[in-house]
Amino acid sequence: MSDLSVFREEARAWVEGNAPEFLRGKAADPNAWAAGGRKAPFVYPESRDWLLAAADRGFSVPTWPEEYGGAGLSRDEAAVLHEEIGRLALPLPLTGFGYSMIGPTLLDHGTEGQKAEHLPKIARGEIRWCQGYSEPNAGSDLASLATSAVRDGDFYVINGQKIWTSGADQADWIFMLVRTNPDVKKQRGITFILVDMASPGVEVRPIRLISGASPFCETFFHDVRTPVHQVIGEVNGGWTVAKALLGHERTSIGGMGRGGARTSLPDLARDYVGVDELGRIDDPTIRERVTQCEMDAMSYGLTIRRHGDGLEAGHKPGPESSMFKYYGTELNMRREELMLSIRGPQALGWEGEGFEPAELTQTRNWLRSRANSIEGGTSEIQLNIIAKRVLGLPD
Amino acid sequence: MAPLVLTAPQNMLARTAGELVSKHGGVDRQRRLRDEGADLGYSPEVWAEMADLGWLGIPFAEEHGGLGMGMAETVLITEAMGRGLAPEPFVSAVVFGGGLLADAGNAEQRAAWLPRLIDGEKRLAPALLEAGSRYGLDKVETGAQANGDGWSLSGEKVQVVGGVGADGFVIGARTEGGADGLTLFLVPAAADGLKVVAQQRVDSRNSAIVRLDGVHVATGAVLGDVGGGLEPLGRAVDRATVAVCGEMLGVMTEAFERTIEYLKSRSQFGVLIGTFQALKHRAAKMFIEIELSRSTVMAAARALDENSDDAELQVSNAKARCSDALILVTNEALQMHGGIGMTDEHDIGLFMKRARALEFAFGDAAFHRQRFARLRGF
Repeated sequence: MSDLSVFREEARAWVEGNAPEFLRGKAADPNAWAAGGRKAPFVYPESRDWLLAAADRGFSVPTWPEEYGGAGLSRDEAAVLHEEIGRLALPLPLTGFGYSMIGPTLLDHGTEGQKAEHLPKIARGEIRWCQGYSEPNAGSDLASLATSAVRDGDFYVINGQKIWTSGADQADWIFMLVRTNPDVKKQRGITFILVDMASPGVEVRPIRLISGASPFCETFFHDVRTPVHQVIGEVNGGWTVAKALLGHERTSIGGMGRGGARTSLPDLARDYVGVDELGRIDDPTIRERVTQCEMDAMSYGLTIRRHGDGLEAGHKPGPESSMFKYYGTELNMRREELMLSIRGPQALGWEGEGFEPAELTQTRNWLRSRANSIEGGTSEIQLNIIAKRVLGLPD
Repeated sequence: MAPLVLTAPQNMLARTAGELVSKHGGVDRQRRLRDEGADLGYSPEVWAEMADLGWLGIPFAEEHGGLGMGMAETVLITEAMGRGLAPEPFVSAVVFGGGLLADAGNAEQRAAWLPRLIDGEKRLAPALLEAGSRYGLDKVETGAQANGDGWSLSGEKVQVVGGVGADGFVIGARTEGGADGLTLFLVPAAADGLKVVAQQRVDSRNSAIVRLDGVHVATGAVLGDVGGGLEPLGRAVDRATVAVCGEMLGVMTEAFERTIEYLKSRSQFGVLIGTFQALKHRAAKMFIEIELSRSTVMAAARALDENSDDAELQVSNAKARCSDALILVTNEALQMHGGIGMTDEHDIGLFMKRARALEFAFGDAAFHRQRFARLRGF
């Protein structure tokens, strides 16, 4: 028996023994997923139990080193753990920007002190993070950002405005990009810094979106002070850290193109469109679109897997995250559009009677998905990155 | 599934294959062979060298003198051949024809043919397609009548790849109607009543019409069971399909790289055309499609080698993906080359012509999407 199958048995036994009954089968329920934090309530108390049980075993952040609250698992072992969690259709114990973005970035770029200060709190879900990158005048052209940080003794004093800060109203800390030198090429005067959202001078206003939800905020900084030891990487060297983190973000957003524990497209189509006498989806165009979507998801999953296998075999990571971000989001959006077509008029519900809860969720999810190709660097920016960094096409 | 990375020996094999193809002139050789117009359409000395390297025995068990390697290795050879448009009939003779013989043949047939196929002395060509077949393996009208101590075959096969100069044919013929009525026969090229006529295709490869007019064969010529041809044929077609996908990867990668080089060297309006975003984005999308194609080919090859339950799904996924990607890339390659790409003198058109032959080999994208849907039950 391979080491991996030994680990699978161990992981299975642990999941069976620790996952709350209530959460089993709830993977598709967004309320079951927890990002932790000081001010964010758990919708279900069981999500808190599940998170703490996982944190005790290092399984909330399985690949992180044990000293920072992880379990030191290899990528393959973590994949096995997640498969075992998925087998019972459970949510992962921990989600959020701490887990997927700032944590991995600190592991790569943080000092020993920074890692020790922040990582264990992420692992236990004590602190929730948000991201301060975009500004009203710095979207795709992120490096033109203007929020300033000026040194004052052992502190930086921050002034400016961030936008599209996901979950800022729920977050405890923010990782952000600030301008520390306005007199050099724009990428060279940016610093990556961490700020406690409870600091005086931080103001958050949620933005209402086309989906009716407000996952994003505007975040204002008026003379906000944060200690100089919260700078990650070099002062004025933040662009390098930012790009590394964007890589994690793209992988995380792009990850939604993969199948997983979601609505089955063929089942949905059989349900809404019906089947012909041979049991096939009773609309050749919908059937063709479902097939194409399933095949694209399969090919995309294989490509993520090939990339992972390559890393495991010692290949150097390249700018592939742009490819995954581009393709994963486009695929996810195509999938949402297709589910809309499959449900037809029943996909038009906003709230109230006459629509199933899943139909109402569908409408909102579709609207939400339109942001996929904008957030984390637009699809066009990803294609630019591939053209420049992978293909070497001239500027 | 085995990891989707190449092992050190596989990397070595891929490199050797690439070197062999370039050593003999790469795409220039394909052009020269086309211009010479010989019906054989390939270079016997390259075929002999492939035999010397053991490649004609790649998929066959060591007990038959083969190398006992799998599809994961086979696609490395076909990819290298695709890159240089090498016209040797490797897929049809070795993977498809030889593969059918090794799978369905009895001990006597294997002993008579396999060692000679592997050392390059003899060559087989599967003759299955008919004018009305399209992609249906059972759409066969060629008939086999029981006749004394054997069978009498009559009908016409078309686009028999590698048919010119073949020493023997695997012929599918109806011994009855219906799916259970297809029988495979191993027929020597010299048989009375068998006539081979060269065909000219857009890709200038060796292709032939095989006419059978009451060709008499003994009962020992039946490959596998009477009426049991469809099953081994399906298996061999899946392997040949993935080998074709390897070639498609080679063709699309080479056409793409040549196009990127062109974007970096051609100037208009005083700047390199590769600076135009309208072209950059299309190039980036092609890159992604090629990456996805590569993953599907590696996965399909491994699925066949490992006899996975989802092997047929993986094969159809790979062929559909590669077909779409290859047509996208070769059409875009020509467009991005502009007028010069329309000239016969420029090589990019040769890639586009070969692309269409590969697209229609063993089913196009639409065919394989339908098969995928059928296998998945929707």
